[in-house]
Amino acid sequence: MTTVALKPATMAQALTRALRDAMAADLTVHVMGEDVGTLGGVFRVTDGLAKEFGEDRVTDTPLAEAGILGTAVGMAMYGLRPVVEMQFDAFAYPAFEQLISHVARMRNRTRGTMPLPITVRVPYGGGIGGVEHHSDSSEAYYMATPGLHVVTPATVADAYGLLRAAIASDDPVVFLEPKRLYWSKDSWNPEEPHTVEPIGRAVVRRTGRSATLLTYGPSVPVCLEAAEAATAEGWDLEVVDLRSLVPFDDETVAASVRRTGRAVVVHESGGYGGPGGEIAARVTERCFHHLEAPVLRVAGFDIPYPPPMLERHHLPGVDRILDAVGRLQWEAES
Amino acid sequence: MTVMEQRGAYRPTPPPAWQPRMDPTPLLPDARPYRVLGTDAAADADPALLRRLYAELVRGRRYNAQATALTKQGRLAVYPSSTGQEACEVAAALVLEERDWLFPSYRDTLAAVARGLDPVQALTLLRGDWHTGYDPHEHRVAPLCTPLATQLPHAVGLAHAARLKGDDVVALALVGDGGTSEGDFHEALNFAAVWRAPVVFLVQNNGFAISVPLEKQTAAPSLAHKAVGYGMPGRLVDGNDAVAVHQVLGEAVAHARAGGGPTLVEAVTYRIDAHTNADDATRYRAADEVETWRAHDPIALLEQELTERGLLDEAGIQAARDAAETMAADLRERMNQDPALDPMDLFAHVFAEPTPQLREQEAQLRAELAAEQEGAH
Repeated sequence: MTTVALKPATMAQALTRALRDAMAADLTVHVMGEDVGTLGGVFRVTDGLAKEFGEDRVTDTPLAEAGILGTAVGMAMYGLRPVVEMQFDAFAYPAFEQLISHVARMRNRTRGTMPLPITVRVPYGGGIGGVEHHSDSSEAYYMATPGLHVVTPATVADAYGLLRAAIASDDPVVFLEPKRLYWSKDSWNPEEPHTVEPIGRAVVRRTGRSATLLTYGPSVPVCLEAAEAATAEGWDLEVVDLRSLVPFDDETVAASVRRTGRAVVVHESGGYGGPGGEIAARVTERCFHHLEAPVLRVAGFDIPYPPPMLERHHLPGVDRILDAVGRLQWEAES
Repeated sequence: MTVMEQRGAYRPTPPPAWQPRMDPTPLLPDARPYRVLGTDAAADADPALLRRLYAELVRGRRYNAQATALTKQGRLAVYPSSTGQEACEVAAALVLEERDWLFPSYRDTLAAVARGLDPVQALTLLRGDWHTGYDPHEHRVAPLCTPLATQLPHAVGLAHAARLKGDDVVALALVGDGGTSEGDFHEALNFAAVWRAPVVFLVQNNGFAISVPLEKQTAAPSLAHKAVGYGMPGRLVDGNDAVAVHQVLGEAVAHARAGGGPTLVEAVTYRIDAHTNADDATRYRAADEVETWRAHDPIALLEQELTERGLLDEAGIQAARDAAETMAADLRERMNQDPALDPMDLFAHVFAEPTPQLREQEAQLRAELAAEQEGAH
């Protein structure tokens, strides 16, 4: 039996590999966006692709997000499978009209005769010292738009598998890439990439008995760190990585919370009108009789994203998560 | 050596001198809208084309009247009429090959019908039984687009994709004068020119964006002049002269097909009816202005040319009107039947596979409908 040597790879490298493999496997896959060609993208996720596949398939577009996504719609109408890069979360906003009024609706509008297999890659979230407009968590806008799948990886292997699944999907997928995990490393064999998981499945990253942390994207490593720290308090926390916000894996989430009886939702996005409210409601609707305490949320504050020198006060950290866990009405058990 | 001597010895190569990227003069539109009818050029027009245009214009006018009547009878939720603009609508449809694509706005159901779409399917959006009533691939007509100018980048992307595939396909996108103020108009024209995409933009300048006249919309010399800023030719044409519109669009389509890139065409026309049946045009324009445009009617202009050249007589006029009546009677009859509705369609096409959440909601609606049925018995 041969064992495959696992080499450490970054999430950015896994994403590049996913794009490369998708382009090699399917001639209709086109990559387009600002600086994705010669430069390889500001985060280098498209590094080397223009050289390998040519400028017709890896295109530096004019600097106009609505135009990028709008032309991608037309390309998809003609049978191509565009993968669009939005350079930063907040730079995707000019494309919202195309996304909401066309990308999300075209299949439904045409009774399924004109599906749009478009992947919109959006680097998102904070924690990288970005100045204004470079650190938004915009997932709630996408979640609130019927017709879009919304996916976000937290591990190197998932970055590969989920991006392949997103590109293969016949529906539009907003693929949210946690910026501060781009350079996170993991043992991963790029020559034998992980099987491509279907979109819509959450995964239990850490099993535990005391309470469940429900989280995704950039907050997954933070929750895992919090779970380790919580053992000192005698709490054994389960961590669920949602991976997909639309569709939502109610089954995995509810099964975990029924086991533990307590849940905290953790994300960077603001709490008011944020994903956590929806998730808490879904958990309550399904697990009410198993719950020992209300579902709590640890979210970013309801403020415009702070300047980099103050962002550490905004981002959910280990202490804030443990504080929330401490408020899960443990006194009833003592 | 002193510092000054060292500086004197340093002679960097200057950056290349600025050069104009192209001579903008050939891109400029004519000073006045191009006309054929009533000019010497009319003698060169192909009689078969003139007859075809005439029949389609008469049919188009009748179609507009019938659709407007259907709103009054409650059979359409709303109808944005293209009465007075039939020359643009018809020419846009006739100028394309079968493999080409048409990108209409919500006012352009007539162009879709002239391209061969069943009028009932074209009117689905405005009847309200679904959004798009046809498979866009069948006649290569994109869904009627309501958010202004947002269909223009789609046309550019489709044309670009066709060119990448090596297909000999042109996209023609329709937009109004109001739509030229939208950001997507700018972005679409810019992408089209940079990519040299085989696409033609036809702006029907009908004078009004609902109530707002052109002078409040733009300070440009003409809408066609906007083309120059993108590095593509702009053409200005009399939008009520069907032969001129057909010729100018035909040249733009041929130019695009030959790899010459996009063209912006401004057709100067007039919206004879209000914005829709729900609008009251007397609040923002004088009746005598409408009358001056009625005197420049696209059907009358063409009819005059045809009769003067002996290509059309009373019997020919009657035959065109009879054909239009037959179309209108058929449309009326079919639109007076209630459309078949299936509430489950609401969930069927959101995704390729409904999400678990949508399946739950579908089951909920199904149960509600069953209970409703039960209550009715």
